[in-house]
Amino acid sequence: MTRTTLTGWGRTNPSVAELVDVFRAELPDVLKEAGPRGALVRGLGRSYGDAAQNAGGLVLRLMGSATDAVLDRERAQVTVSAGASLDELLRYLVPRGFFVPVTPGTRFVTIGGAIASDIHGKNHHVDGSFGNHVVRMSLQLADGSVAELSRTQDPELFWATIGGMGLTGVVLDATVQLLPVETSRMAVDTYRIADLDRLMAVMDDGEDEAHRYSVAWIDLAAKGAQLGRSVLTRGDHARFDELPAKLQTDPLAYGPSQLVSVPPVIPRPGLLNHATVAAFNELWFRKAPKRKLGGIESISSFFHPLDMVGQWTRFYGRSGLVQYQLMVPFGQEEAMRRIVERVAASGTASFLAVLKRFGAGNEAPLSFPQPGWTLALDMPGGAPGLGSLLHALDEMVLEVGGRNYFAKDAHTSPETIRRGYPRLAEWQAVRRRADPHGVWQSDLGRRLRLAAED
Amino acid sequence: MDNAFGQPQTIVVLGGTSEIGLAIAHQLLSPVTRHVVLACRDLVKGEQAAASLRGDGFEVSVAHFDGADTASHERVIGEIAERVGDLDVVVLAFGQLGHGEATGQDVAEAAALAHVNFTGAVSASVAVANRLRAQGHGTLVVLSSVAGERVRKANFVYGSTKAGLDGFAQGLGDSLVGTGARVLVVRPGFVHSQMTKGMPAAPFATTPDVVAQLTVKGLRAGRRTVWAPGILRVVFSVLRHLPGPVWRRLPLG
Ligand SMILES: Cc1cc2nc3c(=O)[nH]c(=O)nc-3n(C[C@H](O)[C@H](O)[C@H](O)COP(=O)(O)OP(=O)(O)OC[C@H]3O[C@@H](n4cnc5c(N)ncnc54)[C@H](O)[C@@H]3O)c2cc1C
Ligand SMILES: NC(=O)c1ccc[n+]([C@@H]2O[C@H](COP(=O)([O-])OP(=O)(O)OC[C@H]3O[C@@H](n4cnc5c(N)ncnc54)[C@H](OP(=O)(O)O)[C@@H]3O)[C@@H](O)[C@H]2O)c1
Repeated sequence: MTRTTLTGWGRTNPSVAELVDVFRAELPDVLKEAGPRGALVRGLGRSYGDAAQNAGGLVLRLMGSATDAVLDRERAQVTVSAGASLDELLRYLVPRGFFVPVTPGTRFVTIGGAIASDIHGKNHHVDGSFGNHVVRMSLQLADGSVAELSRTQDPELFWATIGGMGLTGVVLDATVQLLPVETSRMAVDTYRIADLDRLMAVMDDGEDEAHRYSVAWIDLAAKGAQLGRSVLTRGDHARFDELPAKLQTDPLAYGPSQLVSVPPVIPRPGLLNHATVAAFNELWFRKAPKRKLGGIESISSFFHPLDMVGQWTRFYGRSGLVQYQLMVPFGQEEAMRRIVERVAASGTASFLAVLKRFGAGNEAPLSFPQPGWTLALDMPGGAPGLGSLLHALDEMVLEVGGRNYFAKDAHTSPETIRRGYPRLAEWQAVRRRADPHGVWQSDLGRRLRLAAED
Repeated sequence: MDNAFGQPQTIVVLGGTSEIGLAIAHQLLSPVTRHVVLACRDLVKGEQAAASLRGDGFEVSVAHFDGADTASHERVIGEIAERVGDLDVVVLAFGQLGHGEATGQDVAEAAALAHVNFTGAVSASVAVANRLRAQGHGTLVVLSSVAGERVRKANFVYGSTKAGLDGFAQGLGDSLVGTGARVLVVRPGFVHSQMTKGMPAAPFATTPDVVAQLTVKGLRAGRRTVWAPGILRVVFSVLRHLPGPVWRRLPLG
């Protein structure tokens, strides 16, 4: 055990905890060591804020890898340790002709983290979030026992654990429904779109449903008539016959690599300022084809482009970066427009803004996705006025029945969460039953009073 | 817990009627503020101060706290934490100026001043630091003074307590590295407040609001010391090295 300073991926909210690497069999004993500050499991720390931290308490890293994964080809299901990463799992599955049901924008997340945040990917409008594809899981409870959970076996705790941010227990292993694929390539359509209104109209034209994956990148440095100019990509797993001949010799080849790492020299804040970001975005926008259909891309360049640059958050310097991800229901396109206008007008350099349509939500009371539009923004933590901007955005989002995403949150208040997640009390009741003494605690949970029933 | 912008949810001011302390609390208010606790020896004055701070969405409360009663510090701070949860920012603002050279000739007065300004501040700081260490995060802001940077004959008892407190707070901060808890030492110059009412202003005199702004900026930047105003760091780097005879003759009140 060592006292370690932990932060999320954004490096904004540091705190110190006892960090312990544990094998699942050791958990009951380790849990006896938990004091008044409790315990929490941490995955690969890819949540941006303080979700995977527990100041003054225990933070457990669950040992486990995809080497013990069991693939059921018949059912297209894999049973895997929750400590395994999607990276390892993809390396195991893709050459065997299977793909994970949902992948986020990075493959360096654990199965446990994917369940706890109920993550979504570019296919949410068609396939829903990660939890929709979890067939069963086993959960380490605070009292040392292990619960077996599924849609029929203690479904309340099953759904409370999906999106439950580690506050119901430690997911030990899970069986996940997979997607059979013929190749390791993606067939991608790319469109350059002049402004936000046109973008939302195109995304809503019914064509999105014909593709498994769809997402738009928005240039938030552009204002006025160019407000919301964007690049929309839609993709599907390429069929064998869509591959060029030279790729057909090894259609399931998969070997993502990391090209470069940003050196650990912390740049001066200001390297990423409005001017440099605007210049970068201009290049990106111009580089995108006006319209290109059926381009063949690798899995990593389509899903995980950021993973090619290791430690890219270092670009953001000492004050780190803040991600803000919100959703507003369908019918609130005007509100989304006002939000984008507000961010663009603030002049806060936002490097990456991603817009996506969500499909139906699931039964998990704290799952983020709901039918509607979601926008994710990356911003330098030190940007002046960013705090006030995000509090103002919260208000705009809540007014139209939207909410923001726990896995990205680093700034908001307990009241905001209570308004955005009306089923919080229902989740709290299940949590209290599973953990009456409040052993599972996190910084996010404390800051947002997730377990406090008031 | 502080959020990504260093906006605390709980703010405690020890010496809760201090003008500088209140200005810092005010400057720290944000939409995530939940509790402000003014810990002070005069509850009536405390309630008046609380009224000036109240706003939407957070609670301002007053707790009894006497800097001289060191035996009570651990309990009082424990009770506050029990009530409001984790302590995100604690401002140690209590202190007395005394009566200049007269205090330096009065045995009882000198001892009492040293007891509050140094012993009391040390005791309260240790009690706070123990909490912050256990919670794995949080910041203690210690109001030191340039008067401790080089002690003047005009208020040498006060100045020496600040010199001692400043050294203590720096050492405490160093000892907390790696625990998640931090100490920020603030060194104001002459500040127009109740403490200096009626006294002629010294050069670079400033206001509680300016001290508060600089303090909050320093907090967010993760600094360990803040001079208020900033120019005093330069001024004192010179004054500190003046030969004794020159220093004694300077018209610094
Ligand atoms: C570049 C990048 C792109 C991203 N893109 C997306 C995206 O497109 N969609 C999306 O939804 N998210 C996205 N994310 C967020 C990320 O998917 C989630 O934060 C995810 O939860 C991180 O997993 P992790 O293993 O790193 O978990 P951590 O960040 O370490 O922990 C997150 C939460 O999971 C809990 N947890 C971890 N393991 C377990 C376990 N075994 N049992 C129970 N609880 C557990 C923790 O307690 C914590 O509350 C992205 C993040 C990055 C850095
Ligand atoms: N003003 C300056 O020029 C200046 C310059 C540098 C540093 N400082 C330091 O900054 C801090 C705040 O000063 P300020 O300018 O805000 O002056 P202030 O308004 O007079 O504040 C001092 C506070 O200390 C409190 N106090 C004194 N003895 C106490 C005791 N035994 N127990 C509890 N509280 C006690 C006072 O309470 P009551 O209201 O009950 O008296 C008062 O609230 C002090 O530490 C001071 O030394 C001030």
